[in-house]
Amino acid sequence: MKYLAIPAMLLSLSACDQGIKEYSISITNMTNAQPLSPPAALLHSSSYSAWAIGESASVEIERLAEGGDSSSLLAMKHGHPVFSSDAPLLPGESISFSLMTRNKSLTHLTLAGMLVNTNDAFAGVNAMELVSMTAGHTRVVYSYALDAGTEFNSEHAGTIPGPADGGEGFNAVRDDVISVVTSHGGVVSHDDGYTGSVLTEAHRFIGPVLRVEITAM
Amino acid sequence: MKNRFALVVLSSLFSSSTFALDLSVTVTNLTHGNHFTPLLFAAHDANQHLFQIGQPASASLQAMAEGGDISLLSTDMMSVAADLSENPAAGLMMPGQTVQFTMSTQSTNTQLSAVAMVLPTNDGFLGMNSLTLPTAPGRYEYYLNVYDAGTEANDEVINGAGAPGVAGVPADPLGVGGVNATGVTTVESNQSVHVHRGILGDTDATGGSSDLDSRVHRWLNPVAHLIIDVQ
Repeated sequence: MKYLAIPAMLLSLSACDQGIKEYSISITNMTNAQPLSPPAALLHSSSYSAWAIGESASVEIERLAEGGDSSSLLAMKHGHPVFSSDAPLLPGESISFSLMTRNKSLTHLTLAGMLVNTNDAFAGVNAMELVSMTAGHTRVVYSYALDAGTEFNSEHAGTIPGPADGGEGFNAVRDDVISVVTSHGGVVSHDDGYTGSVLTEAHRFIGPVLRVEITAM
Repeated sequence: MKNRFALVVLSSLFSSSTFALDLSVTVTNLTHGNHFTPLLFAAHDANQHLFQIGQPASASLQAMAEGGDISLLSTDMMSVAADLSENPAAGLMMPGQTVQFTMSTQSTNTQLSAVAMVLPTNDGFLGMNSLTLPTAPGRYEYYLNVYDAGTEANDEVINGAGAPGVAGVPADPLGVGGVNATGVTTVESNQSVHVHRGILGDTDATGGSSDLDSRVHRWLNPVAHLIIDVQ
């Protein structure tokens, strides 16, 4: 038994020597009825930020927040370690994956997905520094819902891509009252007296919407 | 001898609970549809408060919460030798806006409090009550919620009223509020400072019960992100 343990130890030591960083990441959708569009994640350098409170959303974030399409966001960082799910993350469900890099400059994590039964709400982790985490250490963070500021929260039929409506996703027109990324104020819904809304009480959310657990391997 | 002297000085520093501090403060309005009126930050001793949850609002707090007027609270705090930062954003803070400023605090002023009215509301304000200031150099982050002064019924009628005791909402700086609302309520059940229950609003711009827009003016706590960098 001792002989078996030694080669394994040597292997892990040599992994350290090569400077490999690996992170195991788990995302949980904590909402009642807001599927998260297929979540996307990437490692990147400290100089990159996919979005910022108070700044205009990039077209890549607009495509993600209005239509749940992360492909242009991930294409921005071609060659970086990325994860892209092939299915929405349904309420109550979790998804786990790993990101690994030998590149010492890829120190930060960004991950995001759309709350699909909204006009332009999204959630995620923005440029979180990971490289200082020691192996075996776990960090848990919670994400509030964000408003991309690229589409008015009309909740009208035809404007929401999720199963509550089956309407339009991305549209380049920007018609929100505030055209910057902020926290989201929540949805109103038909059941709360807004007859123009296709949403029901089930689609409301409050407080954090995603739980993200990151373990350095 | 020199070493021994240094040790004594160090230990007296660390055994003391009071420090004069240089702070860099960063505040972000996280909301999508609400402005903040001029902020007031006050570092004070443990006996002072800008507000206390469960206690009736002072007349000074009422003036801030109903009309955005921080002058009375500032006068109160100056009379007890607080360190103040008044209106660091030089006016209204827009949704998404960030302001950064510095404060120097005296060693006896160990607590930090902050307020600003949230517009459009009747008497809602973002608040932080008596945070014990961290003294070790470093970055500290906090999230702030909206409180209700309990001094005015949340009728959600935009009529320009900002004077203490006068019903109504002073203004909607976004300019998307409605007119001719009948009023959501005439009653404020809890007349002490409490957590704000949020905006009801409606989507009728020319009537209905509220002049606020439920799609725009509602918020979810927290509404402000606060970073304190202790030098």
